[in-house]
Amino acid sequence: MSATQTLVCLRTVGQDNPASLATYLKLGGYAQLQKLVTEKVKATEIISQVKLSGLRGRGGAGFPTGLKWSFMPRYFDGTKYLVCNTDEGEPGTFKDRDIIRYNPHQLIEGMAIAAYTLGARVGYNYIHGEIWQDYEIFEAALEEARAAGFLGENLFGTGFSFDLYAVHGYGAYICGEETALIESIEGKKGQPRFKPPFPASYGVFGKPTNVNNTESYTSIPWIMEHGGQAFQELGVANSGGSKIFSISGHVDKPGNYEVNMGIPFAELLALAGGVWKGRQLKAVIPGGPSTAVLPAAAIIGATMDYDGLSKAGSSLGAGSMIVMDETTCMVKTLKRLSYFFFEESCGQCTPCREGTGWLYRVIKRIVDGQGRLEDLDLLTDVSSNISGRTICALGDAAATPVLSFIKHFRPEFEYYIRHGRSMVEDGLAAQSQAQQEVAYA
Amino acid sequence: MSLSTESQAKIDRELTKYPPEHRQAAVMSALRIAQTEKGWLSKETIAEVADYLGIPAIAALEVATFYNMYELEPVGKYKITVCTNISCMLRDSAEIVTHLEKKLGIGFNETTADGQFTLKEGECMGCCGGAPLFHINNTQMHEYLTPEKVDQILEGLDK
Ligand SMILES: Cc1cc2nc3c(=O)[nH]c(=O)nc-3n(C[C@H](O)[C@H](O)[C@H](O)COP(=O)(O)O)c2cc1C
Ligand code: SF4
Ligand code: FES
Repeated sequence: MSATQTLVCLRTVGQDNPASLATYLKLGGYAQLQKLVTEKVKATEIISQVKLSGLRGRGGAGFPTGLKWSFMPRYFDGTKYLVCNTDEGEPGTFKDRDIIRYNPHQLIEGMAIAAYTLGARVGYNYIHGEIWQDYEIFEAALEEARAAGFLGENLFGTGFSFDLYAVHGYGAYICGEETALIESIEGKKGQPRFKPPFPASYGVFGKPTNVNNTESYTSIPWIMEHGGQAFQELGVANSGGSKIFSISGHVDKPGNYEVNMGIPFAELLALAGGVWKGRQLKAVIPGGPSTAVLPAAAIIGATMDYDGLSKAGSSLGAGSMIVMDETTCMVKTLKRLSYFFFEESCGQCTPCREGTGWLYRVIKRIVDGQGRLEDLDLLTDVSSNISGRTICALGDAAATPVLSFIKHFRPEFEYYIRHGRSMVEDGLAAQSQAQQEVAYA
Repeated sequence: MSLSTESQAKIDRELTKYPPEHRQAAVMSALRIAQTEKGWLSKETIAEVADYLGIPAIAALEVATFYNMYELEPVGKYKITVCTNISCMLRDSAEIVTHLEKKLGIGFNETTADGQFTLKEGECMGCCGGAPLFHINNTQMHEYLTPEKVDQILEGLDK
């Protein structure tokens, strides 16, 4: 049986003018917001539906959304804020971009429902710097929603008010981390804050703030319409709902696929057209580079949900599946990833700042043919010394690829160190040599 | 040398997004708007943005140096930033880089002698499904690139 998509967050994809208000209204858009607000449904009732839905934060950490919402102080004398994290810059992650360019109104409705529930008066959606055209689509959607009376003051004549604005990042992966993102909204360098205090007590401008990922908020209108139970039942135990998987790398049809949680890996791979060029699967990074790489054998039988991937030895992350075929040199791939974390470390913590630079230099030295066998232990040591000693999780994220690549593909690293060349590329060269000899024979 | 009234109006619109006592919050967009007008951010432009917002110049400078998409040196009329991160690398962003280097006769962080093009290496742009890809002047994304498509895009630009 081949799997099909379940369009919850990408519900307007395939429609004419998917991003327009008219399209969203035709699909029943904003009805949930209007209903909850005009019927004055209690915040506790809404939060209990979100808890029931099993929705876990889609930004990568998987924290239960309903529980997070219950941390926001109910009574607060001043403005409370709502923040949406559309800063996706973790390599392989490109799902939130499709939400803001194809289905922006469902995100706006989800945020407005959250604002009503949490008593937030003002919201910001922080959008990744490089996707300017999509930022403009979202700005246009905000204008439409304001004009139609879904954002602004005294909505539906009930006294409930919510203003929502778009904020544009300008090229810093670290701003995806929620406290760095808050600093950035305030017009500062994106350097993560110490936690605690958490954003729920000290967020934007020092005020209580709820931060969620784009896909998390966008799931809310569906949950309100169909009930938390129905959302949970789309998925499996511990992983409620549908999930957008961003599939990139060596597949025939890279792109976003929204499917039910718990889908077998093989079915998801088939949806993306399978491995390209008829080649063999070598490895998959299932949730973005901050999740461990898995060799084909470890992932082929796995299911795509929190527990399934943790059993397989990795994690779901943001659902950013990077597929690598048999021609991929793992040493060179790791070099590029290590450069990324080194380049993007914000420099506040010594273990991260120094460690990421050290990791990159050692891997580069191996690729340059100057590696020593002790380097593999050195890499493992340096990685282990970063983990758990930093302000934010970027440090751990930098260590994960190094540890998992070496764990699963050690012979490739040893070969590179011994010969100063890539084992995979040598293998491919030998193969094509043999083919030529056959052709001439 | 001061900011155009058009740029000032755009900055004013950004300011409406924040409480009046938090004018610094608009610094990122103000710097972006200034860069779009001037092509890059000189120390004077940065100081002027800071002045306009009523914040210390050092606060604006810190932001301008922290974020990758601000240009603190002059760049060509067209700045092409190619993503070479993992998903793009797996789909041969190197071929696109080599093609651009040959065609323009420059490497990363260089500008053509006629001041038309600057080439930059970028980190993940959150569009990995469309790899390989680049953006021009921080605003136009071009995906699913091939050397032929790159030629067409470059020919389509005003010289
Ligand atoms: C280095 C780093 C980068 C992150 N990048 C993102 C991101 O691009 N988008 C996102 O939603 N969360 C990102 N996160 C996670 C956020 O800190 C935060 O947990 C999330 O936005 C909360 O929303 P959720 O609970 O709905 O997932 C990142 C975390 C770290 C440490
Ligand atoms: S772990 Fe790295 S990125 Fe995170 S705060 Fe420390 S130095 Fe910055
Ligand atoms: S890796 Fe190139 S856009 Fe994400």
